Amino acid sequence: MGEKIKAAIIGPGNIGTDLLMKAMRSELIEPVWMVGVIADSPGLARAAELGLKTTAEGVDGMLPSMREDGVTICFDATSAAVHPENSRKVNAQGAVMIDLTPAAVGPYCIPPVNLHEAVAAKAMNVNMVSCGGQATIPLVAAVSRVQEVSYAEIVATVSSKSAGPGTRKNIDEFTRTTANGITRVGGAGEGKAIIIINPAEPPLIMRDTIHCLTVEAPDREAITRSIQKMMVEVQKYVPGYHLKNGPVFDGNRVSTYLEVAGLGDFLPRYAGNLDIMTAAGLRTGELYAQQILDGEFVPAASAA
Amino acid sequence: MNLSGRKITVHDMCLRDGMHPKQHKITVEEMVRVARAMDDAGVPLIEVTHGDGLGGASVNYGFPAASDEEYLRAVCGSVKNTRVSALLLPGIGTVDHLQMAVDCGIHPIRVASHCIEADVAEQHIGMASQIEGLDTVGFLMMAHMIEPEELLAQMQLMESYGANCVYITDSAGYMLPDDVSACVALARRELKPSTELGFHGHHNLAMGVANSIAAVAAGANRIDGSMAGLGAGAGNTPLEVFIAVCDRMGIETGVDTFKAMDIAEDLITPMMDEQVRIDRDALTLGYAGVYSSFLLFAKRSAEKYKLSSRDILVELGRRKTVGGQEDMIEDLALDMARAAGTIK
Repeated sequence: MGEKIKAAIIGPGNIGTDLLMKAMRSELIEPVWMVGVIADSPGLARAAELGLKTTAEGVDGMLPSMREDGVTICFDATSAAVHPENSRKVNAQGAVMIDLTPAAVGPYCIPPVNLHEAVAAKAMNVNMVSCGGQATIPLVAAVSRVQEVSYAEIVATVSSKSAGPGTRKNIDEFTRTTANGITRVGGAGEGKAIIIINPAEPPLIMRDTIHCLTVEAPDREAITRSIQKMMVEVQKYVPGYHLKNGPVFDGNRVSTYLEVAGLGDFLPRYAGNLDIMTAAGLRTGELYAQQILDGEFVPAASAA
Repeated sequence: MNLSGRKITVHDMCLRDGMHPKQHKITVEEMVRVARAMDDAGVPLIEVTHGDGLGGASVNYGFPAASDEEYLRAVCGSVKNTRVSALLLPGIGTVDHLQMAVDCGIHPIRVASHCIEADVAEQHIGMASQIEGLDTVGFLMMAHMIEPEELLAQMQLMESYGANCVYITDSAGYMLPDDVSACVALARRELKPSTELGFHGHHNLAMGVANSIAAVAAGANRIDGSMAGLGAGAGNTPLEVFIAVCDRMGIETGVDTFKAMDIAEDLITPMMDEQVRIDRDALTLGYAGVYSSFLLFAKRSAEKYKLSSRDILVELGRRKTVGGQEDMIEDLALDMARAAGTIK
């Protein structure tokens, strides 16, 4: 096994723990720190059992030794409220921040669409948009790379059990951030995002609908091919990314219906919305790690 | 049942729930005309918004004839005593829409969530309740899907966020009078005495009026309906009928019964694209417990993919779909058509 880049995960909750499970399998990333704020949190205990250093003092608890421990990449799975401070602190220690919160401090990253650009820009903070954004923006881009899309709209339906208190308390952040991602990364002229939370039992697998309105009549063959290619790209890191129906062409409307099942690492399989977030975050981290290992990118400490 | 002397507030839904059967295409002029007539008849509250609430303009739900802001500015500016509310479904609209509606001069804001997901509305109810004097209403949809005790817990959440009125919303028109009585009576016993209680019915099982009377008897004081029943599914509780019944029973609504009848007959009925009635599909909504605004989407998909709209609706009920999942309908229809061998 080759050299790996050392990483820290901030936030030992469901997302952070699922990310840890995935990162343990990575050939490019070695998780060495788990950062929390609650001393007896099961997530910290689990990370400690797996041999990671842990702290319940937040990022401050890791800062004194993070350089010494070689931490070069941090993943933030806390909340938008505390993310900017976390980011500032780890950037000051020369570590890149991959933001899984909706804080959107850094540029948006949807791996199959703009991962290489995001990494090439050598940003010290990249944002993973939202779960719905990760699931749907690739297909907006799949249409807009064929022809101009004046408007794109996504509907993300997630099971109640997979929508945590953070999402619920600030559901507007989801709709705004996702809509921005649809235009900035998806390439649509205008974007709209809708989220539905469904409490059915057994919990439903995340489903997503993507509606694009094209300016000219849609080129059915080219769009269908482009969507199929994009599906394969996403499936590389989310094998349960599944095209249920479509593309359906109706006038200038192009609609695609998806289901997103997770890998079931720590989170249940139905929570594809959370899985696609951790998988996309890790994939982004891995590309950074590759660039660092290749000497293409040397993260530099910014002024604190 | 002696309800004589009880005072209640009726809330007309023609210009919001009525947007569903009109595919959101009611014009600003029509809205102003209807609102003025409601004002003249003494209707205290009317709702004006895209059928799916503020920000509902979309491929998924339909694009309206005018923006929420255009509708609200025009209607708020043309009524004297009637107050105008707007509906907001978190996940579709945001606090930015709420602020816009407040700036237009709405008085009640109604924040809706699925019956057991009240916590998605904390942000919006919290913000609304901080606006001086704004009547802040929580609206729990598809209330038939959970038990009265569970519903009460959600109503208490909305109350704790700052709602001064909470609604039991029978979005599927599935509830029967005893169900309504049980939910309302429990809520009336357990919520703060100052918290108002509302009931929003759909007429899919022809229970709109009976359910609303049951709600009043159990302690509700706000009742939604729409003149001529213009609303999703088989429509809302036909308000002119409810008002006439209240009149007979001595329940005070403050609305002129004959003027209400005239609005229903002379203004609203001629606006209908199709007669809003309990047809087979609307009845299926009530029978199977399906969100009423799915009606036209199911009919369209059934036609496009050569399926039975009743089969689609029954399946949507079986899958426990919730309000807002209109995108599920074409997806499901495609699955059903494939299973039937009519498409590849």
